[in-house]
Amino acid sequence: MRVLAAMSGGVDSAVAAALAVEAGHDVVGVHMALSRNRDQFRTGSRGCCSIEDAGDARRAADVLGIPYYVWDLSERFEDTVVADFLAEYSAGRTPNPCVRCNEHIKFEALLDKATALGFDAVATGHYARVVTRDVPDAAPTRELHRSPNAEKDQSYVLAVMGPERLERAMFPLGGFTSKAEVRAEAQRRGLSVSAKPDSYDICFVADGDTRGFLRSRLGSLPGEVVDTEGNVVGEHDGAYAFTVGQRKGLGLGRPATDGRARYVVDVQTSTNTVVVGPAELLSVDRIAGTGAVWFTEPAADWVEAEVQVRAHGSPVPAQVRAASHDGGSAGGSAGDDPAPGLEIRLTDRPLRGVAAGQSAVVYRGTQVLGQATVSRAWRA
Amino acid sequence: MTTPPPGVYLDHAATTPMSSSALEAFVAEASRTGNPSSLHSAGRAARRAVEESREAVAAALGARPSEVIFTGGGTESDNLAIKGIFWGRRRTDPLRTRVLVSAVEHHAVLDPAFWLAGHAGAEIVLLPVDREGRLDLAGLRAELAEHADEVALVSLMWANNEVGTVQPVREAVRLAHQHGIPVHTDAAQAVGQVEVDFAASGVDAMTVTGHKLGGPVGVGALVARRDLPIEAVLHGGGQERGVRSGTLDAAAIRAFATAVTEAVEQRAERAARLAALRDELVAGVLRVAPEAVLRGPDPSAGAASTGSPARLPGNAHFTFLGAEGDSLLYLLDSAGVQASTGSACQAGVPQPSHVLLAMGVPETEARGALRFSLGVTSTHADVERLIEVLPQVVERARAAGPASPRAMTGGVV
Repeated sequence: MRVLAAMSGGVDSAVAAALAVEAGHDVVGVHMALSRNRDQFRTGSRGCCSIEDAGDARRAADVLGIPYYVWDLSERFEDTVVADFLAEYSAGRTPNPCVRCNEHIKFEALLDKATALGFDAVATGHYARVVTRDVPDAAPTRELHRSPNAEKDQSYVLAVMGPERLERAMFPLGGFTSKAEVRAEAQRRGLSVSAKPDSYDICFVADGDTRGFLRSRLGSLPGEVVDTEGNVVGEHDGAYAFTVGQRKGLGLGRPATDGRARYVVDVQTSTNTVVVGPAELLSVDRIAGTGAVWFTEPAADWVEAEVQVRAHGSPVPAQVRAASHDGGSAGGSAGDDPAPGLEIRLTDRPLRGVAAGQSAVVYRGTQVLGQATVSRAWRA
Repeated sequence: MTTPPPGVYLDHAATTPMSSSALEAFVAEASRTGNPSSLHSAGRAARRAVEESREAVAAALGARPSEVIFTGGGTESDNLAIKGIFWGRRRTDPLRTRVLVSAVEHHAVLDPAFWLAGHAGAEIVLLPVDREGRLDLAGLRAELAEHADEVALVSLMWANNEVGTVQPVREAVRLAHQHGIPVHTDAAQAVGQVEVDFAASGVDAMTVTGHKLGGPVGVGALVARRDLPIEAVLHGGGQERGVRSGTLDAAAIRAFATAVTEAVEQRAERAARLAALRDELVAGVLRVAPEAVLRGPDPSAGAASTGSPARLPGNAHFTFLGAEGDSLLYLLDSAGVQASTGSACQAGVPQPSHVLLAMGVPETEARGALRFSLGVTSTHADVERLIEVLPQVVERARAAGPASPRAMTGGVV
């Protein structure tokens, strides 16, 4: 196969490319330039966007003996991932830019261009497994599964790509059970990125300061923090910067009358108001999602599954079904809806702090069944 | 001769194989020990090799040996010229802060000029060019008429590295010298391709580099008139008239001189062959790729005043509507044909070429640029192979389209 290996300059994508080469594929390395004004050197824990990272990717490609190109996807990135990030926060929701990047950049812009240029697949350094299952009298189907490395598992941020895109995706690190193992593989092949530190932060937010980034792009917008009775208990610099479930950084002047910890329970961007309240207000057992993606036939009726609402959260038992629109009732017409919805009811215990904008990913065991973007969460 | 890269290599303007005689000279000199600045016999032998090389380079380029300053290559020569002349001129007249450069100069000229603007109070004037990339002399004349007293220097390349346009250097010199303003020219692409005579051209300083004409990478010269005020950029042991300190690399210099001599001696014959091959390439590309547009001067045209052709004989440059340069480059490479987008790269990120933009090419079209440059090892079979693979390459690159949706809004059909 002709495989395009997306190479960030980090150790994971370098080893993924190496494994694709060793599997006998015809591999070309591509580094995506996602920012027009890139820093010369890598700073902090941002792991992909400096010129130094591009150089590390090139060096790895040279060691592997594969061609290497840089594709400028910076405008597309700004127009989709960054624009969505700002729009979502502006609307009081909590976006996951890594999900949007997989949706719009890696498995859309990059994959489409690769396909047009004659590549059969795009290989990335994600930790997730693709399982191919034979189907009688039909083409085998590909399933997306969790990595056996629970700590590194990235199936949560990949679910958005859907089954058609999964056909052309390759995750050579799918079988690895530890990062140390990946580093050892890198070292064994003489890849100089073997000891490069991991990246954690959002790549386009310097120093991990999301609030500072939002303020620089959206401006300062002072407003009030109120409790559930409507009493003003503090001030803020822009309601958009708050997330439902947030406890730290509220800057409340005086403690609550009952002395209990307070959390953000609602972000009302229309009135630029942040509402705080006790933890129990955050508990939800019903979630409605939009933009549903299914790897299986959409569930017309309630099915047993598990749901995960954060990248590093734990899955909880739930029943899910397709909905004709977010929060609406199920029906056979779900597949025809331009923005199919997903309904979730938690069957074992409630979840706390489910913010609109996050992804809800539906699993059965290790297999990803589907996902949707949370539009609403409430206590039934 | 060093072996040309495997496959079809059509990127001689990036670098071209070292000639056998240059390689021999390099090895012979590199196997001896001696610092040309030392007074003992080992030093004297190295010194002799350097000075004989200086004489050879001067003879080949129509200069005097004392005018040849050896450097570490084209970029260094350009930096020395722009910064050195700027500072040299300003020392005697602090009001001379304007630096006039054509809009299609190489980054080795543009970047030091803009560095001076940011750090030394220079004012940069980008002189416009016409649709073929040739300096608009009326623009230079108007600028000089208005600001001659403030101009430190003019820099105009002899020939453009992307689209191959031979510039009206003599005419520019005539205009500048009417006001006593010195002119620098970057002749990195020109030597060995068109006739280059330092004295006859009238320029005050000229950049030459080794690896574009069959010499090694990392060596070149700035040919500069002795009466030209020029400040050193590298300070140290005082070599090269005190303008360029650093132990002289006798092996590289001897190989460079050998290559320059050979390239100039064989120029007419090689140029005629390359021009014929280039014409074949241009005709072939336009035949099989209807969306290709040849950029730069008509290959059959001559420059009015000098008898030199209007375009470098080994250069062909096209834009392909609706395709992206890096897609074309990749697809050609996987078909065994090595070319260049011809544009400047920042850490490998393709940017639309400033040369094409200065020529009035819209950004969307400039993104689909490809430069083919021929050299001594190029053959008829190379051109045939390119023409054979090009139709599928262009078709596929057009299907892949521009990377950015914004780029698509510019009216590409």
